[in-house]
Amino acid sequence: MSAPQAAGVDWPLEIHRTLKAAGIGLVSYVPDAGHKRLIELCLADASMRCVALTTEEEGLGLAIGAWLGGEKSVLLMQSSGVGNIINVLGTIKECRIPLPMIVTMRGEYGEFNPWQIPMGQATPAVLEAMGVIVEPALEAEAVAPAVDAALRLAFNGYAAVAVLVSQRVIGIKSFQEQAAQ
Amino acid sequence: MSATLHRRDVVRELLVGRGDLLVVAGLGSTAWDCTAAGDHDLTFPLWGAMGQAAMMGLGLALARPERRVLVLTGDGEMLMGLGSLATIGVQRPANLTVVVIDNGRYGETGMQHTHTAHGVDLPAVAGASGFADARTVNAAGELAALRETIQAQPGPNFASVKVLAEKVPIDLPPRDGALLKARFRRALLGDRADLQ
Repeated sequence: MSAPQAAGVDWPLEIHRTLKAAGIGLVSYVPDAGHKRLIELCLADASMRCVALTTEEEGLGLAIGAWLGGEKSVLLMQSSGVGNIINVLGTIKECRIPLPMIVTMRGEYGEFNPWQIPMGQATPAVLEAMGVIVEPALEAEAVAPAVDAALRLAFNGYAAVAVLVSQRVIGIKSFQEQAAQ
Repeated sequence: MSATLHRRDVVRELLVGRGDLLVVAGLGSTAWDCTAAGDHDLTFPLWGAMGQAAMMGLGLALARPERRVLVLTGDGEMLMGLGSLATIGVQRPANLTVVVIDNGRYGETGMQHTHTAHGVDLPAVAGASGFADARTVNAAGELAALRETIQAQPGPNFASVKVLAEKVPIDLPPRDGALLKARFRRALLGDRADLQ
């Protein structure tokens, strides 16, 4: 059932390695089925402080405070969460805070829930409207390199960068499949 | 009971002898209060991001566990980020205190009532969310103890200081967000901040 094995690429494991290599010490998240394995890997890693959020917007506040204190962080979320962060992206831009985000997509390739489609379809445009650099990852092999590139852009360029992990990669096609994860 | 404290007196009293305390000041009146008490490189005054002051305090507290961190914000700002109290309660940073300067009003937009004016009890929310200490402060005599809590008591700590709904002069900190970030990081991290 799981796309990573089917594709022969364990992309959540590769993301975890990439985050570690970049010195990410703080990982915040609102859970998503597509991020289940990566969240588990980060929770099991003693070098990463993991912060579960009540809403994605909190992850931006956390990232700003962490950067003020010299800590590198990353935010994991689902594309529907992009709608919850728009205003605070303005502060990220005004203050030039590095903000890498790894966004698992809903509402696009093969989506089964029609209520997910409007936000999923608008996700790249909404991010770009707020000055976020968008890096799509359409296949499993492309995910870790996109995350690596995003981390470099974010921390070298003091920028907000979002990797959008496509449903082509995540592979969830039905509610039953998601519930079984 | 109706409030008797003046917000400027409260903030000045809480910040006196602040030492190496790290301060996040919520947008609007509390940012002006902190500026009136003396603009400081280790104060990050907000001009936006309403609802996120407490989360910035959490990020700072987790990044720098050896330092004390204070979030000073307003009741309207805190109400917009109530979920952050639950998030902080789960993380339980011992070095973080959140103080709400509570006048029961949206002071920048025409003094409309906030929910605290109708009885919403922020310290009760913080206490139920797992804060180690959550209290309401009504009297000037309680401020020295709150200052001690901010500086030394294992947290996370929360206080709502009830103040008069009064208009006070606006004391503006610098506006440039990148400047405010850079000066804070340089004061906290030294020259290496610019090379990170």
